[in-house]
Amino acid sequence: MMEHLPALMIAVPLFGAFTTPLLKKRYSLASMWAIIITAATLGLSLLLVQEVLSKGIIVYVFGAKNPSLVLPSGYRVPVRIIFEIDAIGAFMALSATLMSFIGALYSYSHVRMESGLEKYYALLLLLEVGILGMVLTGDLFNLFVFLEIAGIAGSALVGFRNYRGEASEAGIKYLIVSAVASLMVLFSIGLLYGQYGNLNIAYLSTQIHFDTVDMIALGLLFVSFAMKCGSVPMHYWVPDAYTEVPAGINPTLLVATYASLYALFRVSFSLFGAITWNMARVGWIMSILGVLTMFIGVTMALVQKDVKRLMSYHAISQTGYMLLGVGVGLTVLNDPAKLSAFGRTAMAGGIFHIINHIIYKSLLLMTAGALFYVTGTRNLNEMGGLARRMPYTTIAFIVGAAAISGIPPFNGFASKFLIYETSYQLNPLLAVIAMVTSVLTLASFVKVFASAFLGPPLEKYNEVREVPKPMVAAMIILAVLCILFGLFPNVVLKNLIYPAVDALLKLAQYQSWGGLA
Amino acid sequence: MTTTIIKTTTRILAPLILVFGAYIILHGHLTPGGGFQGGAVFASGLALLIVACETDVVKKRFEKVPLSPLESIGALGFLGMALLGLMGYTFFRNVIANSGFIFGGRTPIGINPGFLNTGGTLAYMNIFVGMKVLAGLTSIVLIFFLLLGGKKDEW
Repeated sequence: MMEHLPALMIAVPLFGAFTTPLLKKRYSLASMWAIIITAATLGLSLLLVQEVLSKGIIVYVFGAKNPSLVLPSGYRVPVRIIFEIDAIGAFMALSATLMSFIGALYSYSHVRMESGLEKYYALLLLLEVGILGMVLTGDLFNLFVFLEIAGIAGSALVGFRNYRGEASEAGIKYLIVSAVASLMVLFSIGLLYGQYGNLNIAYLSTQIHFDTVDMIALGLLFVSFAMKCGSVPMHYWVPDAYTEVPAGINPTLLVATYASLYALFRVSFSLFGAITWNMARVGWIMSILGVLTMFIGVTMALVQKDVKRLMSYHAISQTGYMLLGVGVGLTVLNDPAKLSAFGRTAMAGGIFHIINHIIYKSLLLMTAGALFYVTGTRNLNEMGGLARRMPYTTIAFIVGAAAISGIPPFNGFASKFLIYETSYQLNPLLAVIAMVTSVLTLASFVKVFASAFLGPPLEKYNEVREVPKPMVAAMIILAVLCILFGLFPNVVLKNLIYPAVDALLKLAQYQSWGGLA
Repeated sequence: MTTTIIKTTTRILAPLILVFGAYIILHGHLTPGGGFQGGAVFASGLALLIVACETDVVKKRFEKVPLSPLESIGALGFLGMALLGLMGYTFFRNVIANSGFIFGGRTPIGINPGFLNTGGTLAYMNIFVGMKVLAGLTSIVLIFFLLLGGKKDEW
């Protein structure tokens, strides 16, 4: 059964997504079922990571006689849909399944009072399928299809609380942004297909000779994936979407955003990795976008009063760190000396920051969801003195806030430190802005902590109790992961992050489908 | 909305549209179109029927129709056909083609008018996708109709 692992990664959550609507009106059963399915997928993805790390790239050919038949006899081009999973794909799949599980666990109590929950869980699982497909596929058109699945499921979930006007507005906004981005992706896929008559990423990357049409395709792909991952000039949809989505979906929606970031990396490093044109220019664009993103995001966050909106602006700001780290790596891609001196470490910092950010930002957004659950408001000015009432939430918030501000020994410090160190060697100014951003982040989280948790107890919150156990469990799991990743960053770096970086850098292995052809 | 003109036209057109939709679904593996297109045509026939009837009649008729489960069953059936390939081959492998099962007939080589009893899992997948699409689109039309229902037009 091991060789069918890539297909099962898609099939199991799809099965879950289509069976949940059958559990109409039995909401707790639907929630339990979603938790079971996401836990099973998490187990499968752990197996997948282990397989990829021990055996190298896994290739799965759909509909063929056997899973590794990339080129049937007589063919010199791949003709079927191919899943090609290297270490970075497996890493993203692990993040996606972990966060979907946490989200389903948290949702068990968080949205219990809402109606239409069987659709909620079906959409949650579909969103997971979309992300998993995007990160596992080796086929450009397939990438588009799964991007659409994730976009549509995501926008329906953003508008889930449709009795609130703001939620519907945010859902429409997310839908339009995803539609525009995926149409541009489709257009550039069409350009590439017209040029080379094939859609397999690995095969295309050997054929690309980078004329004007390819340049247009690269530009469109770059812009549309940057738009979907909330980089600065196109960041306007992030605060609305993250604020209005139920807190249980936030973890999965974060991973959906970073699946687009993964696609951006895949396009820059694999699809256009073999062109003779110097990728340094694209790398500089990525780094400068990153710096702008982090600084503008954090300055917008400082003035917010709505607790979830504040955290959403921080999500924009943290995406900047990932773009900066990987952008520095891309800048020195064609310079072996600099690449080994700091480029590889910079990329490791950027990719390590993806999982760290997913963990601590989900934790923070979940604590914000818990505050909303007990107080019914997201306005910081109306909260106060909640630390006495909600000890676990307070501890989770402190861990998350310390991690996002880059305080040792939490996980944010580990990846941010790698990024400071390496971006300094490319240009000191980049590192200075990154550090200033970190300080501003700490400032705004001190504000949240003081106004929501500290202060005299307010009379209207006398009846407030700690949130239900599933929510506490979800938050505690993430808080523990925050501390573990911060205490033992070298274990994670060695086993997950550096293989992922090397998978992006070793183009020849990707192009030959892991040596199968 | 329900005028004599619409009712009379529907009486003639709706059966034709429904049959045409079913034809497109069943011949998906031979002619242009397939599950999605056929399902959409079938749903448009149902939409015509919904529009031509009074709100109370529509409500009564569709009360017992399991549209949402039908949609799930369509998707699950599609997934099940794909999973059949795991019996020795890969996901989505067409195991029924040339096996002699229903839709598993051998395709003759050369120019031919097309034989219905071929195609393997493709034919089944078209049927399941058609089921899902017709249930989904019909429920969308039904929701809009019932939301706006009861409001009499001006003329």
